[in-house]
Amino acid sequence: MTTTTERPAARSAAAHAARPAKVRGREQRSPLATVLSHLALITASLIALFPVVYIAYISLGPDDMDYLHPGQILGKATLSNYTTVLNDTDFFSWFGNSVIVAGGTTVVGVMLAASTGYAVSRMRFAGHKQLMWTLLVTQMFPIAVLIVPMYYILSSLQLLDSYFGLILVYSGTTVPYCAWLLKGYFDTIPVEIDEAGRVDGLSPFGTFWRLILPLARPGLAVAAFYSFLTAWAEVAFASTFMLSSDKYTLAVGLQSFISEHDHQWQLMATTSVLIALPAALVFYLVQRHLVTGLTAGAAKS
Amino acid sequence: MAVAVQGAPGKSRRGREPRPGLVQRLKLSYSKYWYAYAMIAPVVIVLGVLVGYPLVRGVYLTLTDATSLNTGRQIGVNHIPDSFNFVGLHNYADVLWGPGSYDRFWSHFVWTIAWTAICVVLHYTIGLALALLLNQKLRGRGLYRMMLILPWAVPTFVTVFSWRLMLADGGAINGILGSVGLPEPGWLSDPLAQKAAAITVNTWVGVPFMMVSLLGGLQSIPAELYEAAEMDGASPWQRFRYVTLPGLRTVSSTVVLLGVIWTFNQFAVIFLLFGNGAPDAQILVTWAYRLGFGQMPRDYAQSATYGVLLLSLLIVFTSFYRRWLARNEQANG
Repeated sequence: MTTTTERPAARSAAAHAARPAKVRGREQRSPLATVLSHLALITASLIALFPVVYIAYISLGPDDMDYLHPGQILGKATLSNYTTVLNDTDFFSWFGNSVIVAGGTTVVGVMLAASTGYAVSRMRFAGHKQLMWTLLVTQMFPIAVLIVPMYYILSSLQLLDSYFGLILVYSGTTVPYCAWLLKGYFDTIPVEIDEAGRVDGLSPFGTFWRLILPLARPGLAVAAFYSFLTAWAEVAFASTFMLSSDKYTLAVGLQSFISEHDHQWQLMATTSVLIALPAALVFYLVQRHLVTGLTAGAAKS
Repeated sequence: MAVAVQGAPGKSRRGREPRPGLVQRLKLSYSKYWYAYAMIAPVVIVLGVLVGYPLVRGVYLTLTDATSLNTGRQIGVNHIPDSFNFVGLHNYADVLWGPGSYDRFWSHFVWTIAWTAICVVLHYTIGLALALLLNQKLRGRGLYRMMLILPWAVPTFVTVFSWRLMLADGGAINGILGSVGLPEPGWLSDPLAQKAAAITVNTWVGVPFMMVSLLGGLQSIPAELYEAAEMDGASPWQRFRYVTLPGLRTVSSTVVLLGVIWTFNQFAVIFLLFGNGAPDAQILVTWAYRLGFGQMPRDYAQSATYGVLLLSLLIVFTSFYRRWLARNEQANG
């Protein structure tokens, strides 16, 4: 995995930081240790994958009681649930809503977090420490305290049932962590780059936009990943603030398969798989950056 | 907090020209850093409106007897105004030592602390073990890493839903346990098994984040340190104890703090796993949610009181934790 080492900031961060702690060459690992490592990793991977595979498997069973007899699914596996969900439900409008909200949260949240992180990383303005501390404290707010007053605020701002309102709420929850992460990442980019930019006549914003952001791509990728996933998978806010069924996100729409009288578990499983796919795709796109992006963020903050 | 921060720049400036007055310093700071303020302004506004105001409102509610019956609401065109009363600190007293406070608050409190401690320890140790394994030169390392991070990418409600099917009576877990002759507990109905199930699921959900962060930390430890340690004849355990662990200190302190905060407030896992059932397995956050939303009449005041108590617990913990870190830092040079 050479990819983990090719981070742009690496040139700057002292050379040693970029070089992974390679296996010590002189002392060879015993074959037994290698086998044990593989065994442990295979076991862990199986445990990690099993619930995901299991729900994909359940989604192949056509009847709503099939989840009780997983063994019987094998004989009659079909994709009929998928055609049902795609054709006979509001899946696509929920999906579109989720894409708008999660995409919007990613863009808005990462922009806010990046400018905040940059300001705190580079400028010793009055209150920068209190700001970071405040951001940390906002991570501690239990949803239960926030949700009712937020409802009132959104309703008085006429933002209930609107994409923008939900995007704002999600950005509020993702920005604190992303700002911490990105502040750590910006800290690894040498200040000399900023100074060079200023000498060449760029404004502070120009420096940030043209020089620093491109260098911080791995950090931004992780922040985007985190924001997207948070928004994509959130249930409580979405079900409280989105009132009309054509504004439901996937996570909310999913619940409509279970009513008091009707439990369509097989459709729920199918929708779950369909929800997980885009998230897995985003994950696949950014996973090369995850380790470097998080390292810098966590290691230096 | 504020005192410590204000003190720091003052000290470093001592001995230079006399400090300008406060107003002038603010002006100077403003003209020098106006763009910094411009950059943080959106965040401050968004958080101020969406978090700051609700917090103030929440704290105010704790001092009243607000429920869904006496809170102002809109019915048709008629607006019914608030009719709840100010009751001072009554809610706090009632939650902390009112009648039945053990069953209502303290039992959940104890379980929340245990839940947080157990989960974070499991997250950290399993995450560290996997990170160490992945940090070796090993065939298929990239593939392993991808599979192990995957749980992070799957939305929580999807995985919890899957776990629910697996943990149900006659589900996959008990099927496996039964086939090797082990007892098959009622994971979703038996109080003790519920707690075990909740911890298992949350561990599964939380390990990937720890693993990735610690893997990043491991990769930033210079290889020279290991070489030097080996030259000095350090055993693998000694290398781990005296090179790896200190090298991970900054990463660890951050992820453990975040882990504690997130686990303490972990709403989704317990709520989605048990819904409104399982009174014993509810942690304080889900319990507060149930008071505020899961019952009729909704008890906003009590729910907010729980929220404020939770927040205070976390703030106290964090300040002690940071002070402890700072002291450790000094002790270790």
